[in-house]
Amino acid sequence: MTDLLRVEGLSVEFPTARGVVRAVADLSFALGRGETVALVGESGSGKSTAALSLLRLVPPGTGRVSAGRVLLDGEDLLALPAAALRKVRGARVGMIFQDPMMALNPVFTIGAQIAETLRRHAGMTAAAAEARAIELLRRVQVPAPERRIRQYPHNLSGGMRQRVMIAIALACRPALLIADEPTTALDVTVQAQVLALVADLKAELGMAVLLITHDLGVVWETAQRVVVLYAGRKVEEGPVATVFARPGHPYTAGLLRAARWQEDGGRLAEIPGTVPSPLALPPGCAFAPRCPLAVARCREARPPSQALGRDQEAACWRAGEAPA
Amino acid sequence: MLARRRGPGVTPPPILEARDLVKRFPAGGGLGLGGRTVHALNGVSLAIAAGETLAVVGESGCGKTTLAHCLTGLTTPSAGRLLLDGEDAAAMLRREPMRFRRRVQIVFQDPYASLNPRRRVADTVGDALRIHRLCPRRARRDRVAALIAEVGLGEEHLDRFPHELSGGQRQRVAIARALAVEPAVVVCDEPVSALDVSIQAQVINLLRDLQARRSVGYLFISHNLALVRHIARRIAVMYLGEVVETGTTAELRRRLLHPYSQALFAAAPEIGRPPGTARPPLSGDVPSPIDMPRGCPFHTRCPHARARCAAEAPALRPVDGRMVRCHFAEELSA
Amino acid sequence: MTGLLIFWRRYRRNAAAVGGLAVLVLIVAAAIVGPLVHPVDPFDMIGRPSQPPSARFLLGTDVSGRDMLAGLLHGARVSLVVGIVASLAATLVGLLVGAVAGFYGGFVDNLLMRTTDFFLTIPSFVLAIVIVAIFSPTIATVTAAIAAVSWPSVARLVRAEFMAQREREYVRACRALGMSNLEIIVRQILPNALPPVIVVSSLMVATAILTESGLSFLGLSDPNVVSWGYMIGVGRSVLRVAWWMSAIPGVTILVTVLAINLVGEGLNDALNPRLQRR
Repeated sequence: MTDLLRVEGLSVEFPTARGVVRAVADLSFALGRGETVALVGESGSGKSTAALSLLRLVPPGTGRVSAGRVLLDGEDLLALPAAALRKVRGARVGMIFQDPMMALNPVFTIGAQIAETLRRHAGMTAAAAEARAIELLRRVQVPAPERRIRQYPHNLSGGMRQRVMIAIALACRPALLIADEPTTALDVTVQAQVLALVADLKAELGMAVLLITHDLGVVWETAQRVVVLYAGRKVEEGPVATVFARPGHPYTAGLLRAARWQEDGGRLAEIPGTVPSPLALPPGCAFAPRCPLAVARCREARPPSQALGRDQEAACWRAGEAPA
Repeated sequence: MLARRRGPGVTPPPILEARDLVKRFPAGGGLGLGGRTVHALNGVSLAIAAGETLAVVGESGCGKTTLAHCLTGLTTPSAGRLLLDGEDAAAMLRREPMRFRRRVQIVFQDPYASLNPRRRVADTVGDALRIHRLCPRRARRDRVAALIAEVGLGEEHLDRFPHELSGGQRQRVAIARALAVEPAVVVCDEPVSALDVSIQAQVINLLRDLQARRSVGYLFISHNLALVRHIARRIAVMYLGEVVETGTTAELRRRLLHPYSQALFAAAPEIGRPPGTARPPLSGDVPSPIDMPRGCPFHTRCPHARARCAAEAPALRPVDGRMVRCHFAEELSA
Repeated sequence: MTGLLIFWRRYRRNAAAVGGLAVLVLIVAAAIVGPLVHPVDPFDMIGRPSQPPSARFLLGTDVSGRDMLAGLLHGARVSLVVGIVASLAATLVGLLVGAVAGFYGGFVDNLLMRTTDFFLTIPSFVLAIVIVAIFSPTIATVTAAIAAVSWPSVARLVRAEFMAQREREYVRACRALGMSNLEIIVRQILPNALPPVIVVSSLMVATAILTESGLSFLGLSDPNVVSWGYMIGVGRSVLRVAWWMSAIPGVTILVTVLAINLVGEGLNDALNPRLQRR
């Protein structure tokens, strides 16, 4: 199976007053057709920056992609002219965000915003676009869609806005959906609805999903493969079931332990310390200062990614030694 | 300690007790035009004893933040009573507010918002000591340093501004501020949900250590159900301003009776749950607390709703070792 | 000290604001030391009237033969003092009204804000004329009149800031600790509400100078002091034959107001938290 999306050596830099921050450093991963891959990390891990830069959505003037290729069906999105890239966005790749108000324009009706996408990318007439907008809203389980298309984003609840944004993202049946923390702002019952909806649509349209999240529970329930980021670098990648059962990197292991609240009420296993400042990354492995397994070598040289078993890899000198 | 003398199974006397708390406020900006009312709390009763943790879980709009504000004297309930050590808290807040403030404190969700951005750590924590006259001015800095050390920060953090601290460090400062007055009860309103996963465990462990040392009672508001099961001895599930199910964590872990509690706990993603075993999620959104449904507030989304549920509001009643607000709790448990 | 240093580093990034500050410093220095270096009474008729600038009278003389340079230097004192004092007074009143209205809300807020609206509905220059006309035209009444028409905009701004800050959780935490309202207003919220107020107040100095100039142009200011507006008013009747007589104080006002505005913008850039990230 050929990959739908291949990210190769992606680096994103942000110049700041106190030096250049490498938000994403040398990130590579691939996404097969119809597959869900989760990009996992804490705040500052670079996961959202990575997702935005795939479609060159990092605001110009703030940050820039300094290296790497993003191949969608073999075509490098980073080298594409602006006009061609616009055709990719919204048509072949849909995107949803944590805050739907980022994607929805408050001064236009819901219907107008869905129709806009359809008319631009699918060349539909106004009447056809409206009919399709109603159909799409029904598909994402928005009740009374005929009435909703005349409403504005502020008339809707958070869950409804999220659905409208999904409807827009899916309007042109994209091959890839990039979902940046799509359920972080939602309540658990609404989160379950939205995740179930994405799963249904994925099965129906055969699209692939790149899910950016910090919630390992969501990863477990929705993704096939997981890429773990720490301080801008990939520290581990592999099938969800394998990684969760036998994490290769001590950071992944720590995250998993911290996310598994023991019900006996005993002390939780914590990862000591805090995420390092991107301006003052430690010389060797960025996780070394917090790592229970760190040895002298970890503080001196950055560990390369090494294979563990068939499709699991971890960037750790002591990969595989982490207690699960 | 009192609890131990009374023997196992006997509830210690509550420090903070809410009886049928009701909170309504006018919808839309506070002018009250149009006469629409938000029914934030519709008769909530609960009690917190020394050294124990009661968790309140629910989704946005269930009234848990309003509850936190009522319990800490930040808003006045529209009806119902709040008792502190058996005394009427409303009267105490009028006559001797500082006595109430010293017994009940609060830790907020967002440590970025709950610390004054223009005050240093020493000032923020010192404020608590100063306004309660808990130590002479000369000794204040040492006392603050001791508090800061107790929450796991160092002397070097004393003169920092909030923006010079990480999220976890800020939350530690907020906890130190709450503990400075040596309260008996601390209301923790989602204290870790704004923090990174790797930091959450640190703060939870800290809260537990402090509880063990000071036997402070926590009312722990959260939407993270796994966390709630970990930290709380008792759990209250809220929906639209009412407690729909409450009991000990052990009982609730064994079985949930209210259809909403069942749906809520099932909806939370869980690592290790075999794929495809999750229940179908609830449909629809939480109704607006302005247009409250008649009858049982949950009947609009309940998979088991019948005619009676739309007509008659169920009462909170004991079933199978816990309190449940559902007409058909026995049937559903069978 | 480090706070000031950080502030200056941010301010420095705006080149125009640094230029404005330099000009303003020059004008203030001229106002302070000018009359000492050039000790001529601006009301003394010491030369032939309506002379163009020359070696003896660097900026010429006015229609009554008074030294223009002396007028300009003394006028600088009046304009700057009136502008600064009026802005300070307006800021204090605005802070008080806005803080109380924004913090307490409800009836108090309604009462104070309707009063503020009343002041805002009347064109401020007209109101200033009326106030000066009712009371005797002295520097003090002119200053008070300008302050009286300037405070409402500050009050509105402060109220908005206080309303936003009041709902912040750090304020709730202070209330949960039992802190008094006065302390919450003064010690907790005010430092957070101040930066935009500083910007508005600094810009208000420019408006106040313009208002004072307008009043004295119309002959409604203190007849015993020279001010820039008064000088323009004097030169007005001979504008066609001796344009410099109006142009010199006019350009001075323009440059001063421009400099203050540039400084205000610089302050805004330096104090505005949304720009601080960069």
